[in-house]
Amino acid sequence: MLDILHDYGIMLLIGQYPQGPLGGLALTVIMALLALIASFPLAVLIGLARTSTIAPVRNIAMGYTYVVRAIPLLLLIFWTYFAVPLITGYNISGFITMIVALVVYEGAYLGEVVRAGINAVPKGQVEAARAMGMSYWQCMRKIVLPQALFNMLPSILNQFIMITKNTSLAYLIGTQEVTFAAYQINNQLLTQPFQVYALLAGFYFVLCFSLSRLAKWLEHTIDRKRLGAPRINVASVEANQVLAGQPK
Amino acid sequence: MIEFKNVNKWYGEYQALCNVNEQVAAGEVVVVCGPSGSGKSTLIRTVNRLEEIQDGNILISGEEVHASKKNLNALRSRVGFVFQQFNLFPHMSVLENVMIGPMTVLNRNKTDAAKTARDLLAKVGLGHKADAMPLQLSGGQQQRVAIARALAMEPPVMLFDEPTSALDPEMVGEVLQVMKDLASEGMTMICVTHEMGFAREVADRIWFMDAGQVLERAAPEDFFTAPKHPRAAKFISDIRAH
Repeated sequence: MLDILHDYGIMLLIGQYPQGPLGGLALTVIMALLALIASFPLAVLIGLARTSTIAPVRNIAMGYTYVVRAIPLLLLIFWTYFAVPLITGYNISGFITMIVALVVYEGAYLGEVVRAGINAVPKGQVEAARAMGMSYWQCMRKIVLPQALFNMLPSILNQFIMITKNTSLAYLIGTQEVTFAAYQINNQLLTQPFQVYALLAGFYFVLCFSLSRLAKWLEHTIDRKRLGAPRINVASVEANQVLAGQPK
Repeated sequence: MIEFKNVNKWYGEYQALCNVNEQVAAGEVVVVCGPSGSGKSTLIRTVNRLEEIQDGNILISGEEVHASKKNLNALRSRVGFVFQQFNLFPHMSVLENVMIGPMTVLNRNKTDAAKTARDLLAKVGLGHKADAMPLQLSGGQQQRVAIARALAMEPPVMLFDEPTSALDPEMVGEVLQVMKDLASEGMTMICVTHEMGFAREVADRIWFMDAGQVLERAAPEDFFTAPKHPRAAKFISDIRAH
């Protein structure tokens, strides 16, 4: 396995670059990042729409979510790949196809996560914000979403990992990301499929595991900030003041 | 300053408020008391339209609260509201909690908002906690921050919805003290509370509510010594009993 890594490691990492287009793990990461960056705002919009008090807005978002969730991602990819050129008259690359399909797909799933997060913020938070005179949008932006998204961090990360892994389907439409590279390597070696695909699994594992660690760190950092670090014993300070009869 | 005109509210079949016709003058402190489920909290929450009403009008300085929603945010910014559960924003520091209203709603710049916030925190005795997070504070401290947060909007009216009911007994005093100071500064206040000592000492008038109706309105001395309505009399003897 080490010799495969030695001979083909660069190909798994960056594809045929710089002789050919950038590919391999680098392309996987780029696709995942772009899909992630684009799907997140969409998901927030869907989540807001799903919790809206305006019925048509809520229903459209619900329809979108239900339809997308009921379709396999692979179908979405094929449809985007074949339908977009038909509709627009322009051919689009596998790369763009993949990102569009992933964003549409994740918008539905991540949107549900955002919706759950918004619903889980205590009603009193909204009341306190609105009682001050904040508008719906101010309240969402400053009060509800920061708390909702933080609380949903583990679920959001889950979806991000799904995005990363789902980019592997791009090899079916000829995008030369890391799975495609492994497929080519296997075709050249012919005799070592187990080793090649084990290597591929290793690449995905490292990528997704790093994402998990990153999210864990992020969660921990925000948590610490919220609880206030370093922790001090507030109760005893308070008690001392009362005992000393200090003016409060 | 605040006028209830024939206010009625239903939750489905259940009538929560029944023909409320009351007035609060500028600078007046009104304490609303009565048994649980009598509609006290509902009444105070209709004043800034956290609850809708089905019939009647509520006017603040002549402006109708339950008319269009167009000016509702501007109107709410002039009515301070303090909740039983404090409802501080846990993702912001104490100082930021007090700054957020003036900055987002009144478009104050950060320097001014921070200065006002520090002054108010000092006023409620929590100047040293400006950089703490809400969850680090005791209940009494959190409620005092919540009062400072409401005051930061410089409202002419403050509403208190059972501000001490969620507190441990030893922390009730510090919150009531802040409220007494406010009252002595001439703030117009409506307080829903079970603190009868506070009511007696601070209130200009007491409204006694039961079953969604204001049954009695009286000066504290009269209310506690010679209640006119039989249910008010029973309420007072029930309190005395323990």
